[in-house]
Amino acid sequence: MNSTLTAFRDVIARDLLLAMRRKADVLTTLFFFVIAVSLFPLGIGPETSLLRKIAPGIVWVAAMLAAMLSLGRMFADDYRDGTLEQLLLAPQPLGLLVGAKIVAHWLLSGLPLVLIAPLLGLQFGLDRDALLVLIASLLLGTPVLSLIGAIGAALTLGVRGGGVLVSLLVLPLFIPVLIFGAGAVEASVTGLGPAAHLSLLGAMLLVALFFAPWATALALRIAVE
Amino acid sequence: MGNINWFKYSSPQTFYPLAGKMVPWFVAAAVVLAAVGLYISFFVAPTDATQGEVYRVIFIHVGAAWMSMFIYVVMAFWSAIGLSFNARLSSMMASALAPTGALMTFIALWTGALWGKPTWGTWWVWDARLTSELILLFLYIGFLSLQAAIDDPRRADKAGAVIALVGVVNVPIIYFSVQWWSTLHQGASVSMAANQHMAVTMLWGMLVMALAFWMYCIAAALMRVGSIILEREYNADWVRTLPELQA
Amino acid sequence: MNWDGWSAFWDMGGRAFYVWGAYGVAAVCIVLEIMALKLRRRQARRDLKRRIIAEKP
Repeated sequence: MNSTLTAFRDVIARDLLLAMRRKADVLTTLFFFVIAVSLFPLGIGPETSLLRKIAPGIVWVAAMLAAMLSLGRMFADDYRDGTLEQLLLAPQPLGLLVGAKIVAHWLLSGLPLVLIAPLLGLQFGLDRDALLVLIASLLLGTPVLSLIGAIGAALTLGVRGGGVLVSLLVLPLFIPVLIFGAGAVEASVTGLGPAAHLSLLGAMLLVALFFAPWATALALRIAVE
Repeated sequence: MGNINWFKYSSPQTFYPLAGKMVPWFVAAAVVLAAVGLYISFFVAPTDATQGEVYRVIFIHVGAAWMSMFIYVVMAFWSAIGLSFNARLSSMMASALAPTGALMTFIALWTGALWGKPTWGTWWVWDARLTSELILLFLYIGFLSLQAAIDDPRRADKAGAVIALVGVVNVPIIYFSVQWWSTLHQGASVSMAANQHMAVTMLWGMLVMALAFWMYCIAAALMRVGSIILEREYNADWVRTLPELQA
Repeated sequence: MNWDGWSAFWDMGGRAFYVWGAYGVAAVCIVLEIMALKLRRRQARRDLKRRIIAEKP
């Protein structure tokens, strides 16, 4: 039991350390998010009331795309240098070790988005309550993106056309998260209250927490055997 | 009951001739049902009070939509069997079903759009059913792309199975979210068939055409799985000695 | 019978484009799929025949 928790912690620590050595990878995801969000007013027009209305959807879609772009990194490096095989051979349950990698991925690619989103929301004229709900929805939703994305990343390990292929696999599965994530902010703006949306996001997070690491582990074994 | 060998046809070798024999029967059934169904659709079902003649599109729209959803579930089922029992033929069947399922989804979307334009004024209506159907098409495309991108057939089988199963579990969640989204936005909460009192002949037309589609899809999948078997089992003696290949 | 003659049938109450566009594309899709299936089978057989000949002792 003790060794399992240590292994869990060690996998996270290793991924974070490796990422620190290559900060560019993490930062590019963040920059993509910011740039992508900024494109919309340029494409649609700066009219404030319109922007306020579309802001939740835009921030959420951009977050989804940014999360997806970062998925390639989850397993590819370990696959290339043999660490992945070691993980598969380790005595600890693979689902747990995979969970650790997903936690690390979220800390590097999901959490930064959550932290920067309020600034982007301000650019779109969202008020304080809407911003809070935006943060809450992203806090609940981005881990789900990492969890579901991990399955896609594992399935396409070493496969040609990997990046775009992962998008095809994973974006349709993200749609419920998008609907409830953006919907939560809208609901708070229109006065309906975000509670229902946020609860559903929370439920999705719980389901994904139980289901995704196991499915990812299965996908990894399929990819590596 | 106990003496029946349920697994007799679970190998490519025994299934191949069986599939070959079944295809003509399903083709015949499809043709007959389609003939009857089209007759009912155009010559028996009356003109609709509100929609005129254009409603007749539902006779193929509904059948294609039902098949698109049904095939996905069957595909996921065979994927699960193939994955759990390491059964090649089951995985081949899942791969054989996917293109036909995707085609049915496309037909459902296309006919839905052509029905929507004269009825509600726009080519595309973001109502719950059509939007869910669109997402289903994405799921099919994901499955097909993944299998196409992986060279090793067994890895392709298993990876496809995982994505099909993840997809099938998500379909209710996706459908529920899209319903929620659709009603909240009160955009097009149009119900494709249920908002009018349907004449009995209309229901019959839909049912017979749906059955025709079903028979066609089975025939297409059996035909495709036969080709898949030939493509993958090229090393087997029973394939080498097939009469149809002796030149 | 629903129609006052064939021209009324083809006209579909002025909605010919939509009705025949829908049925037409569906029919074309099915025909294309059948053709693709036949082509695939022919190709598979051809490839196998070639293998058998190539590997004859």
